[in-house]
Amino acid sequence: MSKSIEAIDLNVYYGDFLAVEGVNVKIEPRTVVAFIGPSGCGKTTFLRTMNRMHEVLPGATVKGQLLLDQENIYGSAVDPVRVRSKVGMVFQRPNPFPTMTIRDNVLAGFRLNGIRMGRKQADEIVERSLKGANLWNEVKDRLDKPGSGLSGGQQQRLCIARTIAVQPEVILMDEPCSALDPISTLAVEDLIGELKEHFTIVIVTHNMQQASRVSDKTAFFNIAGTGKPGRLIEFDYTDKIFSNPTEKATEDYITGRFG
Amino acid sequence: MSTQTRGSMVAQSTETQVETQPPAPRSRDNAAGRMGDKVFAGICLGAGILILVVLAGVAAFLLRDAVPAILASPEELGRETSFWGYVWPLVVGTLIASGIAIVVATPVAIGIALFISHYAPKRLSQPLGYMIDLLAAIPSVVYGLWGATFFGPLLVPMYAWLAENASFIPIFGPTYSAAGRTLLTASLVLAVMILPIVTSLSRELFLQTPKLHEEAALALGATRWEMIKAAVFPFARAGVISAIMLGLGRALGETMAVTLVLSQGPLTANLLNAGNSTIPAEIALNFPEAFGLRQSELIAAGLVLFVITLVVNMLARAIVSRYKEFSGAN
Repeated sequence: MSKSIEAIDLNVYYGDFLAVEGVNVKIEPRTVVAFIGPSGCGKTTFLRTMNRMHEVLPGATVKGQLLLDQENIYGSAVDPVRVRSKVGMVFQRPNPFPTMTIRDNVLAGFRLNGIRMGRKQADEIVERSLKGANLWNEVKDRLDKPGSGLSGGQQQRLCIARTIAVQPEVILMDEPCSALDPISTLAVEDLIGELKEHFTIVIVTHNMQQASRVSDKTAFFNIAGTGKPGRLIEFDYTDKIFSNPTEKATEDYITGRFG
Repeated sequence: MSTQTRGSMVAQSTETQVETQPPAPRSRDNAAGRMGDKVFAGICLGAGILILVVLAGVAAFLLRDAVPAILASPEELGRETSFWGYVWPLVVGTLIASGIAIVVATPVAIGIALFISHYAPKRLSQPLGYMIDLLAAIPSVVYGLWGATFFGPLLVPMYAWLAENASFIPIFGPTYSAAGRTLLTASLVLAVMILPIVTSLSRELFLQTPKLHEEAALALGATRWEMIKAAVFPFARAGVISAIMLGLGRALGETMAVTLVLSQGPLTANLLNAGNSTIPAEIALNFPEAFGLRQSELIAAGLVLFVITLVVNMLARAIVSRYKEFSGAN
């Protein structure tokens, strides 16, 4: 089930370049946390360290601890593949597998992990996941059509269905609505509200209204200048961040005085 | 019609513009642009037509010169069978040689391509890629010399072993060539020859796999191999089939290497001994001394090869288009 995540003195590197410095943050289970901040401040970079996707890039490394319910996912005995099957991810642009049907896209996580199941069980998972992603009614008659034939918003919800199908502990979302129109965005935001009953959700967004609509807590990241590392400036309840932030930099950012 | 109306409208607007603001450089640029458009469209159309004309010309030449031999009786040809009786063993030999070549080369080529694109560290993958491309630059006559004088003799011990231990399968023995100049050697030389083209095309395709799809698979908990199966292969499938067909086309038409390597003879099931022949090798060996009906016969064999290659290409197209809906291009 849903787990907490805690970063302790986390430094993130691209080769020798320190991209994010000294992050300490604790995310409670079954909450939505939004990461906001100007471009290049390391929100996405930090998000990608939470399921060890960061190290897919050549030369990218992490120092410090990242605890998933007390277990350090950067421990030497931990297999990144296993981490990623527990911490799901939704990307900035919808990326259903183009060669797979809608049905196969939902089941992709099981197929990839070599889990075999009967047709009935597979049908149940497909229906449950697509309903969970508010997509079932729109696609139930064309499950055998390619996923790439759906609209952008539907594709993104298909990706969410694919992610929740494998019952992860945590779902990471990297600007999931930045390629969507307002109606689709609303659909995904409503979905996030429902998903937090079962999952811990971390969402990166450039849209501050979105952060205030969907999240319980908000983390503000900032960067001192180009070539300098990004830092976590403030982490608090979303209401507080948007009404009465402690840090001056946070206030400047949310009131639009810079960035 | 519609272009004319649009043209006149543009002309009108240019006139009104001229009245209000004398120099109208923008509209002059547009006129030049339209002219350029027309010229470019004309060049493209011409190039397209030229290809069709050349193809039709070749087909027409082959047909014209081949018909006398195809229609001739066995007596006229001076052999026991008609033209078809003459050509079918060559067709079988050609298909066997190319078939073995493609079956041997494809897995190796895809393996190398994957290693370069997804497994090797960058320091290693670059030079390895260049080396594969260099293989493609070796002239086929050099491959032929290498196959006949070095590679063939190298294979003889293996042939001896196969003839001794596996001769219950008719293609292996019971006799074998002590010089190694057999259809199997020729096939393996062909496999080496088509390796670079299949490898470098596949590598390019594998490298073009969208990062987004690779990360989608990884984020679902895929290992590298599972990610390749889920994201890389489906994306590259159509292209890899085309690459294989290109390789097959080269193997089917390869003349010099087979001519030099193979000690030709009548069709035989035994791939370990001299014998068999392919259409290109048969033509190359006999054409210099051929005249009259014999020449026509060889041209007819060329026509048959032309048809085979055409069918192979059409098959490839059909396979590629079957997956169109799922290619991700929509």
